[in-house]
Parts: sequence; C-alpha cells; structure tokens
Amino acid sequence: MPDEDRKRAAHRALVDRVLSGAGRASAEQRARAFSNEGLAPPLRGLVGKVATTPTQVTDADFAAAQASGCSEDELFELVICAAVGQSARLYDAGLAALAEATDSGADR
Amino acid sequence: MRLDILNRGYGPGATLLFALIRLFSGHPVPDAARLVFYRPDFYGTRAKAFTHEVMRGPSGWSAGDRELMAAYVSQVNESAFCIGAHSATARRAYQDGAKVQAVLADLESAPVEEPLRATLRMLGQLTAEGELSAADMRDVLSAGVSPQQVRDALAVCAAFNTTDRLADAFGFEVLTPEAFDAGAKYLLKRGYR
Repeated sequence: MPDEDRKRAAHRALVDRVLSGAGRASAEQRARAFSNEGLAPPLRGLVGKVATTPTQVTDADFAAAQASGCSEDELFELVICAAVGQSARLYDAGLAALAEATDSGADR
Repeated sequence: MRLDILNRGYGPGATLLFALIRLFSGHPVPDAARLVFYRPDFYGTRAKAFTHEVMRGPSGWSAGDRELMAAYVSQVNESAFCIGAHSATARRAYQDGAKVQAVLADLESAPVEEPLRATLRMLGQLTAEGELSAADMRDVLSAGVSPQQVRDALAVCAAFNTTDRLADAFGFEVLTPEAFDAGAKYLLKRGYR
C-alpha cells in the first residue's frame, strides 16, 4: 500500500516533530499536551478544551495560561500538540477498527 | 487570532507575501494560511505535507469527496472557519452546491452514493464519539467501500480534526462567502503545499 504508507509516514513525521523536535516548551510538557494527561491548571483547562471541546476555548483560557508563566510560543506549541494528539488518537482508533473488521492487523 | 505572535510574529518575507496576496486576491490571507507560516519548522511544513498528501494525493476518492469529508468532519466539530472553507471547496470541486448543502443539512437523505454516505457517517461518529467498533467498520465495508478508501478517509479525518481544533483554539476569523470561494479556487488549483 505505497500511497497509504505515504499518508501514514507524513502523519508520523508531523507527530514526531511536534513531540521530539526542538521547541520552546519542554518535550515533557508537549507530551502531556499531546496525551491530554498530567498537566497542572491552568494549562490543563486550555489543553483539555483543545482536545475535547475546542469551540469553548476563550481568551480567558489563554490569558490564564500566560499569567501562569507560559510564553506565547510555548502556548502555540502546546495547543498544536493537543490538537495533533487528539487527532492521532482518532486516526489510530479508526485504523484499529478497520484492522479488526478486516482481520488484517498487519495493515497497521 | 488569539496569540499576538500569530498576528504579528512574521518575518519580512511572509509579511510581504501576505501583502501581495491581499493585493492580488482582494481578500485578506486566511488565518489557516497564516498559521502555517508561523515558525513553519515546528508545525506548518509537515502539516502542509500531510494535508496535501491526504487531500490531493492518489486516492479512490475524488478531491471533491475529500473536501466534502473535511467539511462534514468540521461540521461535526462545529468549526465555523473550516465548514466555510471546505464546503466552499467541495462546492467548487463538484460544481454542485446543492449536493454539499444537502449533506451538511441531513446526511441520510442527501443525494450521494452509498459508499460516500457510509464513510461520512463513520467519520462523523469517530469524530463525535472518539471510537468505532469493528461492526461499525464492517457496515462501511459492506456499503462497498474498500479498506484503502477507509484508510484514505481516516487520514482526511485526522487532518481536519487537527485543523478544526487549531481554528477554534486560535480563533481563526470567519471570512466572507466571497473570500472563502477565492480560497477554494486556490486550494483546487494549488492544493495545500
């Protein structure tokens, strides 16, 4: 499946970059934003909304995160990690259901 | 946008490009485009490569079908910017505004082929609920969708669940219908690279 390999490879390149490449936020914070786990407030609130209820993000969520000491560049990265993380979980869940339905786990 | 760096944090090259786009298109540069120019090494470069491959790379789905999937996923997420952008692009790709409107109004009664309907239903469920069963997926396959088409659709779903979240978190400005249509023309001509 060369075409699919290209899509998955392009997705993995994005995930690997935001998690493991150079950043202003620590790799540990980015991993927590990606998984939407283990962050302290107020970042927990902002990242949780990005992952699960993004239309409810407000200016106040960003203001609180900045007031707690996060720079704009760190927030840029952590919001992206949260969005990419939630999407990656959906992608994996869909592919897992497909693998189960076709009984061809090797495709993953 | 909510972060000042996304409004003003661009170098001279990007700033000049934004001015030229505004001059020649008559419309402001959409926030979706501005975002990928901010520190592109962190997100934009790879996000564009992934999205282009997913939306314009080889697939059993047409570009119009994939734009409709993007619009549909965005509607489930209630992401106003992305609904506007990708329903405009699907309309232009299909040259059929009524079909796109019908799908977004009521998928079950919309005049689309069953494989596409079953696929959109599956993407909507995955997006809304975060999970799918093998039985859900078998329903899609038995509607005549190939496993490869399912994979391609899941990739569209992944790309737009990301973009929808960023649009709403960063607060992308919703454009006029004319500006969305100008963006649609660009996306069909040049893609997402």
